[in-house]
Amino acid sequence: MGSLKSALILLVFLSISNFAIAGDDGKIQINEKKNNGYIETSDCFEKVNRGIFGFNQVLDKVIFKPLAKGYRMFPQPIRSGTSNALTNLGSVVTIPNNILQGQFKNAGVNSARFVINSTLGIAGIFDVASYYGLKKRDMEDYGQTLGVWGAGPGCYFVLPVLGPTTVRDALGSVVNLIGGDAWYNVTVVNDTHYFSETDYYASKLLDGIDFRAKNLESFDSLENSSVDLYASVRSLYLQDRYRKVRNIDKTTETLSDDDWEEVDNQ
Amino acid sequence: MKFFRILFFFIVCLNLNNISLAKNPSDLINSIVDEAAGILSSDDPVESKIIKLNAIAERSVDINGIGMYTLGKYRKTISDEQKSKYQKLFKSYFLKSFSSRLVDYTNPRINVVSQKKINDKYTIVNSILEATSKRPQVKIDWRIYTKNPDRPLIRDLIVEGLSLARTQKEEFNSIIQNNDGDINALFKTLEEFLIK
Repeated sequence: MGSLKSALILLVFLSISNFAIAGDDGKIQINEKKNNGYIETSDCFEKVNRGIFGFNQVLDKVIFKPLAKGYRMFPQPIRSGTSNALTNLGSVVTIPNNILQGQFKNAGVNSARFVINSTLGIAGIFDVASYYGLKKRDMEDYGQTLGVWGAGPGCYFVLPVLGPTTVRDALGSVVNLIGGDAWYNVTVVNDTHYFSETDYYASKLLDGIDFRAKNLESFDSLENSSVDLYASVRSLYLQDRYRKVRNIDKTTETLSDDDWEEVDNQ
Repeated sequence: MKFFRILFFFIVCLNLNNISLAKNPSDLINSIVDEAAGILSSDDPVESKIIKLNAIAERSVDINGIGMYTLGKYRKTISDEQKSKYQKLFKSYFLKSFSSRLVDYTNPRINVVSQKKINDKYTIVNSILEATSKRPQVKIDWRIYTKNPDRPLIRDLIVEGLSLARTQKEEFNSIIQNNDGDINALFKTLEEFLIK
């Protein structure tokens, strides 16, 4: 019963975490068609996915959005400190993925940032490393690494509570639970006497709320102006994951699209 | 007195010229951002703000081009009559969606940081929406269509790397696809949105 409860809690918090990433994470696919470099991903079980998406929307309205609004009431320095500390914790997943993707310089910078911010920055609350010229790098995860290694995204699907994902991203998340996330290891897997399971779940919950709070207006705007919210979220998720797997920073690299050419030639 | 009147007229003309005929893509973005910020921070009633914002959009955005782009593969299969109906609907949808998104902002501060010419047809203008106490800063890139260099037009906004035009296209295509390729389903959806 204890493990069932833990699994449920984990599911909930992970889903929240995923919510946080939903607007900017993702990719998938099974039937991949190259469209001038952009990968189109199949939405397997779309009807089911839409049902689950609707359920998640209700959860968001009832639980996550109110929590995010409450979180917004805290003064900006507290929210910034929280966000910094959570980003710092995320480094323990980013660093191994930097190495797995061959980004050794980024791995070095992120490691130095983690050490400096965890100590001088008081558990990551203050981003002291940036002051010393070690600027923040993009976060990486195991789903991205699988993509960099050439794995296709597989089907797009929506998980209850956890939100949008793909086969590849879901597998990447599993890696976190089998040793790939040092923070998970020292809180949930091993009894270190310093941290407990609660610390892990609380960090994931906060991560989700922090993200949601930063995007309250964006989500509202998207919801109000969308004629098919499900399709919009799917598109944004897949675009974002495509960009992240390819570590694309330059906008121009995301713009190739034959459709514009066709429009011009009409 | 006459001198001041002429001077005033001259300044007004210069401003109008700057707003409506900005030929450099960065200038175009700077001018519409400034104009929109002025409208949004004014004490005008919401309806008035919407009318003014829509005027900016009609002048600066390639609404017809975006409309055709967002049809995706269905662009090739619709009749001229359907195309005409779609363009009217899309324009109304776009303007309503555009102004309703913006009108909630009181004074968005957007700074143009750079621009890059991709080819003769496109220039990307990079800008930053400044952070507020509520949200972090947002990177916004503008895809400017420069085929007619005398009249550059906005074709896409790429927010943190996510293309709004592509998102719109995939949204519309999803609606048509889930209705067995019937474009009328999209027309109906847009009509419903407009009367909301």
